[in-house]
Amino acid sequence: MKRNTFLKGLLGSLAFGSLSLGTALYASDAIVVGEINHYKRMAAFAGPYKQGIELGLEEINAAGGVNGRPLEFIFRDDQGEPGEAVKIAEELMTREGAVMLTGTILSNVGLAISSFAAEKGYVYLASEPLADGLVWGSGNAYTFRLRASTYMQAAMLAEAAAKTDAVKYATIAPNYAYGKDAVAAFKSALTALRPDVEFVAEQWPGVFKIDAGAEVQALERAKPDAIYNVTFGADLAKLVREGTDRGLFEGRNVYGLLSGEPEYLDPLGDEAPEGWVVTGYPWYDLKDGAAGDFVKAYQAKYDDYPRIGSLVGYMTAQSIAAALSRAGSTESEAIRAAFEGLKLSTPMGEIEYRQIDNQSTAGAYVGKTTVRDGKGVMVDWEYKDGADYLPSDDVVRSLRPAD
Amino acid sequence: MELFIAQILTGLANASSLFLVACGLSLIFGVTRIVNFAHGSLYMIGAYTGYTLMQVLPGAIGFWGAILLSGVAVGIVGVLIEMLVLRPVYKAPELFQLVATFGVILVIQDLALMIWGPEDLLGPRAPGLRGVVRIMGEPIPKYDIALLVITPVIALALWYLMTKTRMGVLVRAATQDREMVGALGVNQAWLFTGVFALGSALAGLGGALQLPKGGADLLMDFNILAPVFVVVVIGGMGSLPGAYLAAIIISVLNVFGVTYLPQSTLVLMFVVMIVVLMIRPYGLFGREEVAGEHGQVGEPERPIKPASPKVRGIIVTGLCALALLPVVGSTYSLVFVTDMLIFCLFAASLHFLLGTGGLVSFGHAAYFGGGAYVAALLITYSNTPMELTFMLAPIGAGLVALVIGWVCLRLTGVYFAMLTLAFAQLVWSLVFQWGAVTGGDDGLVNIWPAEWLKPTVVYFYFALIFSVCGILLMRHVQHSPFGYALRAARDSQRQAEATGINTRQIQLIAFGFAGFMGGIAGALFVFSKGSVFPNELEIARSFDALIVVFLGGVKTLAGGVVGAGFFKGLEETLLRFEYWRLLMGILIIFIVIAAPEGIAGSLRKLGERLGLKKVEDQ
Repeated sequence: MKRNTFLKGLLGSLAFGSLSLGTALYASDAIVVGEINHYKRMAAFAGPYKQGIELGLEEINAAGGVNGRPLEFIFRDDQGEPGEAVKIAEELMTREGAVMLTGTILSNVGLAISSFAAEKGYVYLASEPLADGLVWGSGNAYTFRLRASTYMQAAMLAEAAAKTDAVKYATIAPNYAYGKDAVAAFKSALTALRPDVEFVAEQWPGVFKIDAGAEVQALERAKPDAIYNVTFGADLAKLVREGTDRGLFEGRNVYGLLSGEPEYLDPLGDEAPEGWVVTGYPWYDLKDGAAGDFVKAYQAKYDDYPRIGSLVGYMTAQSIAAALSRAGSTESEAIRAAFEGLKLSTPMGEIEYRQIDNQSTAGAYVGKTTVRDGKGVMVDWEYKDGADYLPSDDVVRSLRPAD
Repeated sequence: MELFIAQILTGLANASSLFLVACGLSLIFGVTRIVNFAHGSLYMIGAYTGYTLMQVLPGAIGFWGAILLSGVAVGIVGVLIEMLVLRPVYKAPELFQLVATFGVILVIQDLALMIWGPEDLLGPRAPGLRGVVRIMGEPIPKYDIALLVITPVIALALWYLMTKTRMGVLVRAATQDREMVGALGVNQAWLFTGVFALGSALAGLGGALQLPKGGADLLMDFNILAPVFVVVVIGGMGSLPGAYLAAIIISVLNVFGVTYLPQSTLVLMFVVMIVVLMIRPYGLFGREEVAGEHGQVGEPERPIKPASPKVRGIIVTGLCALALLPVVGSTYSLVFVTDMLIFCLFAASLHFLLGTGGLVSFGHAAYFGGGAYVAALLITYSNTPMELTFMLAPIGAGLVALVIGWVCLRLTGVYFAMLTLAFAQLVWSLVFQWGAVTGGDDGLVNIWPAEWLKPTVVYFYFALIFSVCGILLMRHVQHSPFGYALRAARDSQRQAEATGINTRQIQLIAFGFAGFMGGIAGALFVFSKGSVFPNELEIARSFDALIVVFLGGVKTLAGGVVGAGFFKGLEETLLRFEYWRLLMGILIIFIVIAAPEGIAGSLRKLGERLGLKKVEDQ
């Protein structure tokens, strides 16, 4: 029965901690934003993302901050657990003096924070999670999303696919919500454009548990004209290796969602697939304009090249600064109102947080993969504006619960 | 037909790494009786070491040399782990070493991140084995063929080692009766170290061998763990031929599952395991465990007694202090303590099963998450009032527990534990896969409590009352005739039966009761967070509870609660550091070595030694 003594000790130290922390924070006049991410569980993604934010903050604060106050982020690790993230969100808002929340890569954590934010009336900018539900089925007035969603990116690939004469498609996607959404979105967008296509196989490997040899055999067995791939990370590497060895991709169009992002393409080295149509981030070819400036600034600061996460992080900092200065206040309601219809220019060009569903119109780069200097790159790429790949307003309204 | 054969070959090639890792685990368990959770980490180190060595060593000789060297290197790591971490805790209560290996996992995760960085590494190709061979027109990668040859060679070598050498004789003897081996003058310590080194080396070899088919990443330690345990259990713990056969069965079935039932990939192996254990309760080649082997190692448990007035006074004071928290603490402290209370209740419900019932459940998250999901589903689909939902959720969890308990209780020991794990995985995959109803891994959101409970302070009192009453109720049950009967069934099933106790029924009721209490914790959880995701049903959640119960002390009444409180507090402090897993792992290992009876047990002993407490105090 040591629990109570232990608890008391802990609470004492907690109270003491909050006291000292609190005074330390309120002494400075910085505007604090709470950032929650999976720094350990998805280190390869969260690291570049955090660096992008820090670059953004540096520029914002060098230009005088927001409303005359410096902008500051508190970064916290949630271990990829939704329950933990909700607890940290509460802590950031009530103890650390954060004015709003942002972060997460995993969709389920994003959804947990989103639901919590709406309940408590906190503003949450979902930077990286892709789930369509965040702004549609489970959308709410307090949650905004920056990155082009699963639906938008799948629709971009479907558009490219519709231009070919392939009719028999096979899909392979990780067996969880993101994979299912991605396949459903691709199917509906493609059948809308080309009613004659048919889907001859659907493969659902467990996420990060792919049995690549077996999956390749199963895909080959269906004899498709084209393949739509949603797997990523280590799964993608295994699929590409087995598929190339066994000749699965020969003479077939392959579409890869996110497969062109440096995070996923670079680990493949010179074994990167040739000729896949993918969404991604061709930073190596971005030399001019805002996009090029960002790449240069990033490379100068970190002696490393930017990943897609870096860009998202940078745009997160930009979006928040823009919203806060538009709000002119740090009250949740004011920030929420400022985000609605917020327009700003980013390395991706002008984006807008749509009034109708709080989704930003940030788009994605679509191109073909090839191997250049022993590394996978995207060529013939084009930036697609996200605004062109969202469903009509009526559809969005029907998807989204009334605010 | 061609495809059929090609599929079987793919399955056999996939079995290779699985077999190597699994037979290492099986060997270690057979001799040392340690359930080595860190085995996946050894596999991961093997992969990373192999990768690094292949960058340095040139050509085909370098490639194969790198694989062998990774085996050796991981064997050395195994020796270090055995001597530094496990040797001091062999005398601890059963399965306590499992906590130590959990600490090792955490340490290795952070060390691997420090050394090799966060990015996935794509494994190098085997020189000269790029491309495919056509067998009856079907393409088979050359490296698969190489694996098809290598695995049986290693299996044969192991067979030779086990049956024809002195070391093998000793290992087999120790697997059957290690005390006898010790009595006959064999140096057990070195035998254990040797076996641990061999098992680790095999895991390392497995990790390096799979490089050309995949690579090295930081998630591979946990990803291999479940399949490996399934293989070992299906084959029979401690049996090498069993592990070989089971690895092949699982891998080949998986290949067919992928082709003909693509959605089945999540559950297939657990279903196979359940079927096998239903027919052969000790796996294909396992043998019945000797009664008592897993029972009371170490110091016998003391008789339990009601708390003395002094202790009761301390508890009441502590609770009053806790009740005053809203006056002195911040909002966040309320949220944090609410989380902690919920976790304490969850851990206490597992502790009830484990400590009093002697039923080691590896799948307790099924009831925690089950309670949370029952509540969330009721709210989402039937608009049940929150108060009613809160009462129905634990009942739902209790029913799930009764069903699972009814099936699992025909087994004992590690097989029982693995069967509960398999069922928990079934529940998890049901929730994960059935997206239309459960939302899949996008979960169910907007599950908030009734209006009057929404303020943080009110919810804090709500959680406080239910967790404290729940914990006290369980304590009361432990002192009731039912609790005595349950302990009798744990300590000696035959004697308990002889005195007229229906042990099976008693254990089943205990199972349902623990599930019910876990369900309360789950319901409290879902309403405090407002959402629920399949994470709450994962193996990791079951292990959280398991770890804290052992850390707190299995053989004390307060163990679960003390462990949970300690663990949550520690996590809260350490999470702010970058390498918190490393710190956490080292601390856990330290506690395991310094307090082999758990925190509560060791504190009690310390108190007695210092004369602060009388012997009967809890």
